[in-house]
Amino acid sequence: METFFFVFIATFAIGTALAMVFSRNTVNSALFLILHMLSISGFYLSLNAQFLAVIQILVYAGAIMVLFLFVIMVLNMDEDETIFSQVDFKQIFAFLLAIVVFAQLIYIGGEFTGTLPDVSTQEMMAVGTVEAIGDELFTTFLLPFEATAILLTAAVVGAMLLAQQNINVEDEN
Amino acid sequence: MVGLEWYLGVSAMLFVIGVLGVLIRKNAIVVFMCVELMLSAVNISLVAFSSFMGDVHGMILVFFVLCVAAAEACVGLAIVIAIYRNNITADISKINLLRW
Repeated sequence: METFFFVFIATFAIGTALAMVFSRNTVNSALFLILHMLSISGFYLSLNAQFLAVIQILVYAGAIMVLFLFVIMVLNMDEDETIFSQVDFKQIFAFLLAIVVFAQLIYIGGEFTGTLPDVSTQEMMAVGTVEAIGDELFTTFLLPFEATAILLTAAVVGAMLLAQQNINVEDEN
Repeated sequence: MVGLEWYLGVSAMLFVIGVLGVLIRKNAIVVFMCVELMLSAVNISLVAFSSFMGDVHGMILVFFVLCVAAAEACVGLAIVIAIYRNNITADISKINLLRW
């Protein structure tokens, strides 16, 4: 049952990722990315990381993708580009480069085997709970947590400044 | 229980799809979405290692990665809007002001 769930989720994730990269319409890409994020949270659930699964749906599918869709709506893009109408040298090179990166990642992944500690299922279940993560986050990682809050505030202010209209009105007079 | 290497394999696959998207797409917003794809692919392998080692620190790192990804998407999309307003394009092959 667990293997079946994993295979289903993995197929879904890879399929939606490919559909996102190769779909011509930008809105379709964004919607495929939302489906992809849902399948990623399925991975987190199968790894007993309930807190991160919920956060993934809330932050990515809820917040970030709404931002993306709003920007697509504001920019009002048409399906201008034709991805595979003419296959040029750059695309072939990109495919080769992707294959090389994949081979390297698989090679690195094959190296680690046998170095993991033995962990009981009980311990694996206890790691991903809200209690464990919150306990660690608000004691050991309190300072990085506060720094993240400042980072997000700075990002919001910076985004407002960048996207503002008529930023140089005073300079032109 | 599915083994750790399967999670790492899927993670590598998704990362490579993200790399491919960044390399072959020309729309700036789709390139951004591919970067998000790569970030979440790395998150999968972090959570897998964290869960299989019984160590909570990997999940904390994933939490911070999510925060940084949110900040990055926010600022990046603002930059795309600013460029679009000046150049009337979101095609990154036509944005060549700094090109030599």
